[in-house]
Amino acid sequence: MSNQNNLRSQSTPQAKQVNMFDLSMADLVEMAKKLRRHIITMTATAGSGHPGGSLSSTDIITALYFKVMRYNPQDPQWVDRDRFILSKGHAAPIAYAALAESGYFPVEELTTLRKLGSRLQGHTDRNLTPGVEMSAGSLGMGLSFGVGVALAGKLDHRDYCTYVLLSDGECEEGQTWEAALSAAQYKLDNLVAIVDYNKIQLSGWTRDIMNLEPLNRKWQAFGWHAIDIDGHDFRQILAAIQKAQKIKTKPVVIIAHTIKGKGVSFMEDNVKFHGKVPTPEEARRALKELE
Amino acid sequence: MAEVSTRETYGNTLVELGEENKDIIVLDADLSSSTMTCFFAHKFPHRFFNCGLEEQNMVGMAAGLAASGKTVFASTFAVFASCRCFDQLRMCLSQTGLNVKIVATHGGITVGEDGASHQAIEDLALYCSLPGFTVVVPADAIETAEAVKVAANMYGPFYIRLSRSKTPLVYAEDYHFTLGKAVTMREGKDVAIMATGIMVAKALVASEILEKQGINCRVINIHTLKPLDEEAIVETASEVKGIVVAEEHLAHGGLGSRVAQVVAREKPVPMSFVNLKDRYASSGKAEELLQKYNLTAGDIVEAVKSTMLKLHDNVL
Repeated sequence: MSNQNNLRSQSTPQAKQVNMFDLSMADLVEMAKKLRRHIITMTATAGSGHPGGSLSSTDIITALYFKVMRYNPQDPQWVDRDRFILSKGHAAPIAYAALAESGYFPVEELTTLRKLGSRLQGHTDRNLTPGVEMSAGSLGMGLSFGVGVALAGKLDHRDYCTYVLLSDGECEEGQTWEAALSAAQYKLDNLVAIVDYNKIQLSGWTRDIMNLEPLNRKWQAFGWHAIDIDGHDFRQILAAIQKAQKIKTKPVVIIAHTIKGKGVSFMEDNVKFHGKVPTPEEARRALKELE
Repeated sequence: MAEVSTRETYGNTLVELGEENKDIIVLDADLSSSTMTCFFAHKFPHRFFNCGLEEQNMVGMAAGLAASGKTVFASTFAVFASCRCFDQLRMCLSQTGLNVKIVATHGGITVGEDGASHQAIEDLALYCSLPGFTVVVPADAIETAEAVKVAANMYGPFYIRLSRSKTPLVYAEDYHFTLGKAVTMREGKDVAIMATGIMVAKALVASEILEKQGINCRVINIHTLKPLDEEAIVETASEVKGIVVAEEHLAHGGLGSRVAQVVAREKPVPMSFVNLKDRYASSGKAEELLQKYNLTAGDIVEAVKSTMLKLHDNVL
C-alpha cells in the first residue's frame, strides 16, 4: 500500500488542522473504488457481513476521511480531532477500510474481519479498533452518543465537528428521534447527521416496511436544517458538508440518497446483499467491475 | 435510629463533588426535583442537562460526554434507569466501560403509592448481569455520601440505588466505606443475616429480637453487590450455621441469588431468603407495603428461625 504511505507522508503538524489527505475529486473517486474493493474482499473472506450498506456509505465516508475531517492516526485520541461516529454498526467494513487506508492500522489486517482474535469485530468496538469512536450494532444509538460528544465540544470550547452516519432503517428507532429533539434543544451546530438513505432494509424496501417519508420534513420538524443530496456525488457531498459547517444555532442533517450495493452492478438495489456476502465467484466479478 | 434521606444526601454530595471537579456533568430525565440533582443544577446550571423524558438518549449522551473526558452522573427513578434503557446500558456503558454513574432514586417497593409501574424490583438483577458495572446499594445516608464520592473518583460504569423514603442511619459519621467489602454490623455465631439497602436496618432490629429469644445473629451489610465480597461470604458461611439474605427486590438475580451461588459453590449451609418473591407489589404507604409483602424485621426473624429448623432437620 505505497499509495497510503505517500499520502501519509504529506501530513505535517500544521496540516493536521485540516484533512491530512485533502484529495482531489478524481482521487476521491479512485479512493472510493479502492475502499469498495476492500469491502468485497473483506466480506467475501469473512463469509458473513453486510456489504450492501457498506457500499452505499462508501462515498460519504471517503469524503469525510480523505477530504473533510481533521484527525491524526498517530494520535487517535487527539482532543481536537473531528469525530466520525458510525451509528449503523453493520457498515463496519467500510469504516475499517477507511481507517486502514488513512493509517490507523495496517491494510493487511482488513481480511481478519470477523475472525477470532481480530481487532475488527463484526460490528464496531471502540475498545478494540484504533479510530473507532463508538461501539455500535444495536441500531439507533449513535446519534445520542454524538449529541454527548458535540455537547462536550461546546462545554470545552473546542471547535471540532461531530459527524454521525445513520442508516435509514435506524430512523425507525425511537431513540434516533429522542436524540434529534435533544440536538435541536441544545443548539448543536457542531453536529452533522448523515442519513445513508439507500431505501432498503434487511427484508425489503423501507417504504413497504415502515415508510419514512417525508423524511426531510420530519427532520425539519424536529428543529434540524435538512439537506437532500445524491450520496454518490462528491460535489454534492462536499457542498452539503460545507453548508452544514456554516449553519449556526441548529444541527444539520444531510439526507444522502444512495443505492444499496452501489458500485457493483448485480448488488445494486438488491436486498439480498444487505446481510449476505458475495460468493467467491460473485466477489471476482465485483472486483473486476471495481477495477 | 434517626432517619435521613439518601437522595437528599446524594444531591448535596454531588454539589460538593462539582466544586472540586469541573469535569463532572449531571444529566437527569426530568425528575431532578425528586432525584435531588436539582441542587447541582441550581449551583452549576451550565454543567447540568435535563434530558427530558428520554432515558435512552440520556444514556447515549452520557456515554458521548464520558468519551470526551467528562465524569457523568445520570439520574432518574430506578425503574426507568434500568428497564427503560437496558440495551443502551449494555451497548454504551457495559460493553465500553465508559465513565458514567447511574445514580437512581426511588428503588424498590417503598416508592409506595405510585404502584407497581414505579417500583423498581428488577433493577439489581439487570445491573448485576452487566459485565463491568459496579453495583452499590447504600444502607443509609452516610454510606450514600461515601459511595457517591468513590464512584466519582473511580473510572468505569456504576449503578447506585437509592430510596424515596428516608432511611434509618445505621452508621456513625466517621464510617469509612470500602467498595466491594462487606461490613459486619454485628457479630454473632448462629445465623448470619446478609442484607443490602433499607433491609440492613431491619436486619439489625431482627437480630435484637432474636437475641432475646436466645439466637445469636451476625448482621452483614453487603452494600456492593458487584463485585461481590466472596471472601466475606465464604468466611461467614464457615463460621455460622445458616444464612438469611434480605433485600427489597425480586427473588431472582439480586443479592440472594448472588450470595447463594457463592455459598453453594464454596461452603453450602442452609439458607433462607427475605425478598419480594416472584410478584409485583401494589399501591400503598411504604410501611404498609413492607408489611404486606413480608419485608419487615419480623419477616427476617421468621426466616432466621426457619433456617434454624432446616439445620435441625439436617442434623436429624
